[in-house]
Amino acid sequence: MKYVDEFRDSALARPLLAELKKSCTRPLRVMEVCGSHTMAIFRNGIRSILPEGFELISGPGCPVCVTSASHMDAFIAMADQPGVRVAIFGDLFRVPGSTGSLANASSRGAKVDIVYSPMDALDLAAANPRDLVVFLGVGFETTTPGIAATIKAAKLRKITNFTVFSTHKVMPPPLTALLDDPELRIDGLLCPGHVSSIIGAGAYQVLVDKYRLACVVAGFETVDLLNGLILLARQVANGAPAVENTYPRAVSWEGNPRALKMVAEIFEPVDMEWRGLGVIPESGLRIRPDYSEFDAEKRLDVVLPEAEEAKGCRCGEILKGKSSPPECPLFNTRCTPANPIGPCMVSSEGTCAAYQKYGGA
Amino acid sequence: MSEKTILLDHGSGGTASQDLIGNLFLKYLDNAILHGLEDSAILENQPGRLAFSTDSYVVDPIFFPGGDIGKLAVHGTINDLAMRGARPLCLSLGLILEEGFALADLEKIIASIAEASKSSGVPIVTGDTKVVPKGKGDKIFINTSGIGIVDENLDISSTRGRPGDNVILSGTMGDHGITIMTRRAGISLQGRLESDTMALHTMVAKLVAEVGDGVHTMRDPTRGGVATSLNEIAASCKLSIELKEEDLPVTPEVRTACEILGLEPLYLANEGKCLVIVSAEQTQQALAVMHGCREGAQAQVIGRLIEGPPGRVVINTPIGGSRIVTPLHGEPLPRIC
Repeated sequence: MKYVDEFRDSALARPLLAELKKSCTRPLRVMEVCGSHTMAIFRNGIRSILPEGFELISGPGCPVCVTSASHMDAFIAMADQPGVRVAIFGDLFRVPGSTGSLANASSRGAKVDIVYSPMDALDLAAANPRDLVVFLGVGFETTTPGIAATIKAAKLRKITNFTVFSTHKVMPPPLTALLDDPELRIDGLLCPGHVSSIIGAGAYQVLVDKYRLACVVAGFETVDLLNGLILLARQVANGAPAVENTYPRAVSWEGNPRALKMVAEIFEPVDMEWRGLGVIPESGLRIRPDYSEFDAEKRLDVVLPEAEEAKGCRCGEILKGKSSPPECPLFNTRCTPANPIGPCMVSSEGTCAAYQKYGGA
Repeated sequence: MSEKTILLDHGSGGTASQDLIGNLFLKYLDNAILHGLEDSAILENQPGRLAFSTDSYVVDPIFFPGGDIGKLAVHGTINDLAMRGARPLCLSLGLILEEGFALADLEKIIASIAEASKSSGVPIVTGDTKVVPKGKGDKIFINTSGIGIVDENLDISSTRGRPGDNVILSGTMGDHGITIMTRRAGISLQGRLESDTMALHTMVAKLVAEVGDGVHTMRDPTRGGVATSLNEIAASCKLSIELKEEDLPVTPEVRTACEILGLEPLYLANEGKCLVIVSAEQTQQALAVMHGCREGAQAQVIGRLIEGPPGRVVINTPIGGSRIVTPLHGEPLPRIC
């Protein structure tokens, strides 16, 4: 497979591993922000061969995991309403709210459709004119442009029974919120590849300037990951933090202006609640008033319920990189992939799921 | 038969049922034992021990590239028998049809069952049909049960794995699972994605005849894929299994589809593949037999059994790292990003 095989070539990767060991001159804490990075690091077995003193901690970049319990409860309540058909990406199906999940709602007879693209949800609305289709919008900048395009398409096709419940989140603000926490000591960020293809590598310059943090944008294959970690180790060793981009085949400094423009046309910034992190100013996106006919919260008068996190669950600490999954008393005891309690165990990109699936560090 | 769709009457046991049996089922499936339409089939006694297996098929879509629900129902039960070293003798066929199901589709499925049964040499000797009201089923559900004969001294079981045994996989992983998932989701991808549904008993018979006791365990990695089957084998024989990532066979089409959907071929269903745990000494012999059969032309060693924590499956990655392979939990779901 072109653009994949080359970057998985072990003949290329093995010397990089030796180089990483050489570049790592002191203990190092690096946060991989993106859930797909967490998974790719585990899949490649990279954690098992990191140099001594190189610590990787997982950040808040799994969109399902950072969806608040109150949003999950609102999703489930919405699915239970007669005449409503919710459309979701697969990850969301088993995520627990305060009581039950969308999978439970589906077993009660709620209409829950797993789609592969928001455009499929639009087709679902066209095919079921008597249902109000609600696409549950969960995701970062990687997914938002596609959803903005779908809302535009709905307007163009005059499909009036299609709506979006937007809990979309944007990437730089939670990082700032985390970095302001004096308890979180990290030397560098492995910046997300997919999100950066939209917002651009330049978005992290502010973190370098304000926190003197090493920032490297990386792709998801073995060579990409090792290359990213080497550059982070070198920046720290040289005391010269900067934004570097090892994923130029997908990410530019400016990002994707067309996608950004489309998102800005449909959505506007809003304060958003993150699981484990609380409400972060302007870290979310809501649908602009011009497009309110597609806003499920307005159409269905949604009031967000009060919700409590599951007792004993440390997902919040884990999302902040303050705890690792084995430190949670529920990990692999009461909370397992078959019976998840916290969101980090549900999503395939969740830190706990990755630890459980691939055997931890 | 004048009706174009299945009616509740077709399951009543009355004339409509007789019409369906005479004009459709016997037309395609007739054989000396089935012909009499008695309440049960009488089978001649054969030397050896009996193997007995059952499986139900509810796949959606019912027609897919490479096969259909009928073909799957025949091959699936034949393979379950073969995995214990049994020679499949005969099958039963139970159908649950939804009112309103197109007769033309039913005929296509029965013809496919007949073809799979004939080419495998395993007849359908007894059957049953029920019809449920519209909305109470999903077009067609099939159950097949099968009886096979196992030689007196043959013991193929997941408890027999020994340290040092090799793990052979008979071909590529995930072809069936990804074909069904992409069809169900209406995702069209370039390239050829096709179910691998196929009966394995002929190859297994040769393997057993030539390698004999060196074959310790066989398993067809259907739902849950190779990962889940290997976890079950490792737990049963109280050993660990070590795999080499580079040796896992996947077609480029399946690999691409998995990359797009965020799925792992190790967890996808196969319907025409088997895992064979074989002694180190007889591994080359087993591979030679399998390579001589169409069903095992791409067979290769993917790993081995080792002393270690019971039930643990570990995969060694190309860069020298390792990770644990857990069994599948729930349905494989595509990722957000």
